[in-house]
Amino acid sequence: MSVAAMPSRPVRKRLLEANPSVAWFLAILALFCLGVTALAEATGTGALSTSMIKTLGKTLCLCLVALAMDVVWGYQGILSLGHMAFFGLGGYAIGMWLMYARTEIIVAESLAEAAIPPTPAEIEDAIATQIFGVVGSDQFPAIWAFADSLVLQLAMVVAVPGLLALVFGWLAFRSRVTGVYLSILTQAMTLALSLYLFQNDSGLRGNNGLSGLQNLPGLDAVDQATVSIAFFYASAAALAAGYLLFAWVTSGKMGSVIRAIRDDEARVRFLGYHVESYKLFVFTLTAVVAGIAGALYYPQAGIINPAELAPIASIYLAVWVAIGGRGRLYGAVIGAAFVSLLSSWFTGGGAPDVDLGVYTIRWTDWWLVLLGVSFVLTTLYAPKGLGGLIDVIEARRARRRVGDYGPDKGALRREEGPPQ
Amino acid sequence: MLLRFLRTLLLVLLAVPTAGAAETLQDILQRHADEVADPGRRTVGPVIEDLVASGLPGVPSFLTAWSAREVVQRPGDGLFFVAEETGDDRLTLRDVATGEALATDVPEDTVEEVRPNGGVRRVIGTALVQFQLADPDPEVRRDAVQALSRSLEPDQIAPLERSIPGESDPALKARKEQLLAYLQARYGATTEARVAALDSLAGDLSVETRAVLNQVLDTEFRIAETPPEGPRVARVLTPGEDISREEAHAAIVEAGRAAAGPTPGEVKAALEANIAGGRVGGVPVAQLSSEAARARAYAALAEAGTVPPLVSPAQIEAALERHSFFEEYTETDAEVIAAAARALASTEVNVGLNQGLDLGLDALSLASIYFLAAIGLAITFGVMGVINMAHGEFIMMGAYTGYVVQLVIPDYTLSLVVALPLAFAVTFGAGVALERLVIRWLYHRPLETLLATFGVSIMLQQLAKNIFGTQARPLTAPGWLDGSLVVNDIVSISYIRIAIFVMALIFLAVLLVVLNRTRLGLEVRAVTQNPGMAASMGIDPDRINMLTFGLGSGIAGIAGVAIGLYAKVTSEMGQDYIVQSFMTVVVGGVGNVWGTLAGAGLIGIFQKSVEWLNPSNTLAAQTYMVLFIVLFIQIRPRGIVALRGRAAEA
Repeated sequence: MSVAAMPSRPVRKRLLEANPSVAWFLAILALFCLGVTALAEATGTGALSTSMIKTLGKTLCLCLVALAMDVVWGYQGILSLGHMAFFGLGGYAIGMWLMYARTEIIVAESLAEAAIPPTPAEIEDAIATQIFGVVGSDQFPAIWAFADSLVLQLAMVVAVPGLLALVFGWLAFRSRVTGVYLSILTQAMTLALSLYLFQNDSGLRGNNGLSGLQNLPGLDAVDQATVSIAFFYASAAALAAGYLLFAWVTSGKMGSVIRAIRDDEARVRFLGYHVESYKLFVFTLTAVVAGIAGALYYPQAGIINPAELAPIASIYLAVWVAIGGRGRLYGAVIGAAFVSLLSSWFTGGGAPDVDLGVYTIRWTDWWLVLLGVSFVLTTLYAPKGLGGLIDVIEARRARRRVGDYGPDKGALRREEGPPQ
Repeated sequence: MLLRFLRTLLLVLLAVPTAGAAETLQDILQRHADEVADPGRRTVGPVIEDLVASGLPGVPSFLTAWSAREVVQRPGDGLFFVAEETGDDRLTLRDVATGEALATDVPEDTVEEVRPNGGVRRVIGTALVQFQLADPDPEVRRDAVQALSRSLEPDQIAPLERSIPGESDPALKARKEQLLAYLQARYGATTEARVAALDSLAGDLSVETRAVLNQVLDTEFRIAETPPEGPRVARVLTPGEDISREEAHAAIVEAGRAAAGPTPGEVKAALEANIAGGRVGGVPVAQLSSEAARARAYAALAEAGTVPPLVSPAQIEAALERHSFFEEYTETDAEVIAAAARALASTEVNVGLNQGLDLGLDALSLASIYFLAAIGLAITFGVMGVINMAHGEFIMMGAYTGYVVQLVIPDYTLSLVVALPLAFAVTFGAGVALERLVIRWLYHRPLETLLATFGVSIMLQQLAKNIFGTQARPLTAPGWLDGSLVVNDIVSISYIRIAIFVMALIFLAVLLVVLNRTRLGLEVRAVTQNPGMAASMGIDPDRINMLTFGLGSGIAGIAGVAIGLYAKVTSEMGQDYIVQSFMTVVVGGVGNVWGTLAGAGLIGIFQKSVEWLNPSNTLAAQTYMVLFIVLFIQIRPRGIVALRGRAAEA
């Protein structure tokens, strides 16, 4: 790309130097993992139940998809209302293998008791009947062709959301659809996808979705406590890797171009950059990461159905990122973790009812009202979100300094020196 | 028994002399006394024929009473009466012909009830039809015609034909003629009569006519060794194309022309049953996990004679080669077949045309709903470059306003008259409040308006859920909007949809007048095109924004009442329309009434067409629609009617 074509290379800082938040983030994540390890059922005292570990693991996956959303929206200015669809597609891709492999084991066990050994075709038919009986079919649809291979399905986790994002993004960006139009269009894509998956003949079991994903094939002997902590580690590792990847993408020259596209697309185009390629790259990359996050999320959730892909899910993703703070990676993580955990606390009946005398506020009913109001207020009065609090801390620490370096330390000129 | 016979004989002898003069109903009954008292389905015919042939006025009422099991026989003299229960097992006996009460307070056990069984009652009913068809009371005639239309029988032709000339009611007469045509077409005595009747049915749209034509053209699957010929062959079936090879072979087997051969399931069962020492037919059990090994084992078993032999593919092939498969008309008359096929073809063309018309009406009605739902959104988006995600919730708010008004005002017409302006007022207020409190702070951040209004949307939705509950609330249309305008059996449209269409037209007209003929409209258009310049000309863009937003929201409220009339009012109803509205705006282009109209029309037609092509699946229609829109904006990224100005740069 144009980065390589530049004749004189400007000062390039090391990644960690340019993004002090990376080190902080990794340290906090590591501490968190250590804490969870110490308290988990399988590895420590057992103070945290298995379902709690699963919730934390799922939250880490949500943080990862929020990171992706933050890059595409906060850094590049595309308010995508389709990233939860990519997330769901990743979940479906891994779910197909989990379901197939597990059903294969069950079917093989039941057929082994027959007097004569089954033929491969019989095994296949039995699996198909087992999986698709619920939608009145006994044939494998074409899209299940690779379901018997973990490697290929893992490739699908990356390829399906990636290809969809690539094609959709190419069509949308090349016709210069931007801003609100683009948001609506991504929402339409999400809606179309979820409606398609709701059909029984979509080949993915219609509104039944894929279930039993928490049972890993061949690992029946391993208890769920161990499985949950393993997935927790995997999610944490993926989040850390995602953070590093996106810190790298958004820093340096590439990051500057991406942010410039957000701030004034036409100007960047006039400067000679091929805006569409940058947008397409970021859109596709974030879609792939969203797919990976989904592939880690749904084995912990145990079930995926088309409702998970509904447009509302993607809007909530935007809400998390907005509340956490756009344009900063840790903001997305904070937002996703904070809002999703708070949401499950409120809707799960964890929050105590407020008795007003004439009326009792039940948070299961009023949580969404509270979320809506606080969301409007965040947008109006705190566009930086919760992440803005960190700015307040930093500003206090650096109070004696003169002048404003701007939000992006990567954009500092050489003579300004490194910020403290 | 002997006694009864003698008595009957005596009565018959007594009756004979009077038969020549004026035979009464009772006389005829006595002549057939045994049959009347204990009728059988096959033997009751002559009795009824005699009764009908006598032409006596009391016959219909007697037949009715007979069929209703109200006739009794007095054992003493064998006379028949119509009995009427007067309570306490007491009966009043009336004359069979005149209905005159002959004896009252007769104990029930002194007479014998005549109890015709179901088969006899059907025969009596058929005989009654001809009386009913000519009955002076039009109600009775109508019931008779309806009963006749439910079961068309050949013997109804004559009575029906006889009753037509005397029919005074034109509607009934037309119906009778139609039924006669059906009867003639199916059971007419001569080929000419049938062909004439079939020709008269050509092009008729009714489901009944199509059913009659299809019954005439009923076919039957046949197998023959010689290739079929002649007019009765409806269709020759080629195995592997029109009929699967398995089915074709099964048909041959069923006809006893080939050996069945075991099914895969039977093969497996046979293998399982013949395991001997870990082997089947010499093949070790463990190796039986492939089709080839199983075939080998089975062949070995068949050779030993323990199981019936397999039918080889070559044998199946030969059997299929030897036979022809075809569908044959059950009708034998070639001319009738040709006439029926002609009539059906012309009917089908007509049906297709009318279905197209019906589809067009459906699409128009859907388009008017989308137009109502989207026009408010299009105006606000056009003028302010702001997408209001809470637009759907304003639709819901309007519908709930209508519901609340109906709680207060029970008269549905009046409540609708009140609800429409009130819904406008409520949502206008809500829109202005939203604009003042939230949106005006975010004009330079359009994407964040999207988010903030989304926050408002989830809040309003949950509030509605908390107030009105999660179950659907009714918004009842006034009685004069019930029912449908039925043009024929295929084309019909409900009055509510017509009302919504009219409402959409009124809105279109009002908006066009407001935008093109008023000061406000001029200012709105000015701000749409260039807000900076408009402000320099003394227009207050702030005020215009507020009013426009209020107007757009108010229209959503009215759309909500309209939609609520035919759909359920729930807290989530807005969500069903919001995406469609966005699509309409995207396709149509923003800030222009005509653009929205075109967008709504395009989407309505497209959606209905897809539903028509794939009627089993309305979800697929939505999927294809989104795909269509994504491709459409490749051609026209700014919608059908593109706009220059602030929105064009958003």
